[in-house]
Amino acid sequence: MAKLLMKGAEAIGEAAIAADCRLFFGYPITPQNEIPEYMSLRLPQVGGTFVQAESEVAASNMLYGAGGSGARVFTSSSSPGISLMMEALSYLAGAEVPVVIVNIMRAGPGLGGILPAQADYFQATKGGGHGDYRCIVLAPWSVQDAADLIMDAFDLADFYRNPVLMIGDALIAQMMEPVEIREGRKPCKPLAPKDWATTGNKGRKPNIINSLILDPEDLERHNRRLKAKFDSMERDEVRWASYNTDGDYDILIAAYGTPARVCLTAVNELKEKGVNVGLFRPITLWPFPYAPLREKAKKAKAVLTVELSTGQMVEDVRTAVCEDLPVHFYGRQGGILVTPDEVVEQVTALLGGARPKGARKGGKA
Amino acid sequence: MSELTVFKRPEALLPVTMHYCPGCTHGISHRLVAEALDELGLRERTVGVAPVGCSVLAYDYFNCDFHEASHGRAPAVATGIKRARPDLIVFTYQGDGDLASIGMAEIVHAANRGEKITVIFVNNAIYGMTGGQMAPTTMPGQVATTCPLGRDTNLAGFPIRMAELLSALVTPAFIARGSLHSPLEVVKTKALIKRAFQYQREGTCFSLVECLSTCPTNWGITPTDSLKWLEENMLPYYPLGIKKTPEGKEA
Ligand SMILES: Cc1ncc(C[n+]2csc(CCOP(=O)(O)OP(=O)(O)O)c2C)c(N)n1
Ligand code: SF4
Repeated sequence: MAKLLMKGAEAIGEAAIAADCRLFFGYPITPQNEIPEYMSLRLPQVGGTFVQAESEVAASNMLYGAGGSGARVFTSSSSPGISLMMEALSYLAGAEVPVVIVNIMRAGPGLGGILPAQADYFQATKGGGHGDYRCIVLAPWSVQDAADLIMDAFDLADFYRNPVLMIGDALIAQMMEPVEIREGRKPCKPLAPKDWATTGNKGRKPNIINSLILDPEDLERHNRRLKAKFDSMERDEVRWASYNTDGDYDILIAAYGTPARVCLTAVNELKEKGVNVGLFRPITLWPFPYAPLREKAKKAKAVLTVELSTGQMVEDVRTAVCEDLPVHFYGRQGGILVTPDEVVEQVTALLGGARPKGARKGGKA
Repeated sequence: MSELTVFKRPEALLPVTMHYCPGCTHGISHRLVAEALDELGLRERTVGVAPVGCSVLAYDYFNCDFHEASHGRAPAVATGIKRARPDLIVFTYQGDGDLASIGMAEIVHAANRGEKITVIFVNNAIYGMTGGQMAPTTMPGQVATTCPLGRDTNLAGFPIRMAELLSALVTPAFIARGSLHSPLEVVKTKALIKRAFQYQREGTCFSLVECLSTCPTNWGITPTDSLKWLEENMLPYYPLGIKKTPEGKEA
């Protein structure tokens, strides 16, 4: 397929269809309304079904039912709506039902604002719902990346029988970029028939989708089996990218999503001035690329984490580099974006040894 | 001499012992659903959705695929299954706390969208599983653990008549209320449940059968007194019969 100029929201929808998803359940919320709107038009054209649910609570439980019956299904929402889906997310993980959930993050907490943010990192990567569970969390930094990653998200969900999250700041859904939808691509994981799904028990014993296990021994066994599955995700699904890390550098920037692109602009500007700065971009926020980040940080004297939050991923960055070197943080909140100039300023100040304006020193304080 | 079987376990029920308390009518409504599925030949393409409540383990009792929903969300889960696989017969089985309290939004909107699912609504005027708290359907003056002096309608409002409330929606539906307090009413309720599944089989409309039920354990009276209590207290407030048909009139 040729490259098309598409809005991120539409590319996500079109890529989901190309990944054989024919079902969408969702509830309107800015800044991701273009996804359900697009699906409401497109799905009937390809023999699919769109349902506007009465709430995110209902939408996520519709996902639970549809995923349980073996269908590829996804929903999208934004931060407050995602909070309402946390109960279902816990059930989905507990009952091992594969679905894809997209969070186009806006600024919070509470009703917050409608502009881009990355303040749902903790919710996505550290739980959000109750109980011991994990979800693969994918973080695109461009429209193309969003289209590619959502296709993989369906394969990963099916392979592991687990919900997969894709989280992007509002810009990912709102900006237009050239994108190629990889029609007919090979799945990124081998896909087994869904012989566990609720499809009617003709010729077999009943299949049951369930997260209730009252016997403590049985539940502990279930918890440990799930843990082994999450461990295998940590082993096999870590994704990341790095830029300008071949040569020497004193500073390594860690950022994901749109801010990582802003940082790349800053890295390039600094390079023109003869200052080498590396950039590390986690693509899976869970499993977090601890080991690769630690490796890339070896050459640096300090790490600067840039986020659209007051500092969430920075905790994982600190875990990654341990006590090896200081980890600094620069972030904007409220829906305000980080600019390349700000990043250059932060890096310059760090190189000069001074504590940059507006930055919080982390690590060994 | 030839043998004639007059009563046997429906194929749609598994040969297991249910956990329900003695005299609880959950077992009867399970059986009615199973008989309807058998008689209509639907079992092998049916998916049941279990609620959170005393019937949470329904998936252990029915011989068909099942999905255990979170508290109140069964109609949303059923919507997901039915939209993914319109060829399947999908039913929810829900108590009054599940359906009329925490799940009010899901049931109203599933009915209003006209989801082609069947809802078996067990109204026993109390929260059974959690130990006898007040339900939205608890009768005025009825004692429950969270209204120890009896339901005060000034503070808690009046019991919700779900069948009537849902019948007020414009979307075509089959909505009826039966009772399980006497053999005659059990037989009549069975006919309602069967008819509800028939509408789904034809792809006609949303269908719901409210079954007035007992909870001897949390009502704190014997099973036989419970049947009498239901008849004397619930029947006058919750009138039996067909509330709405997709044809618009009672045929
Ligand atoms: C979100 C959530 N809130 C509360 C509960 C606790 N809970 C379990 S069953 C139940 C009430 C069930 O009552 P009802 O629906 O009337 O069914 P019954 O047990 O009477 O058959 C409650 C409140 C829960 N499991 N989940
Ligand atoms: S507590 Fe009540 S509703 Fe639950 S099984 Fe016992 S009698 Fe039935």
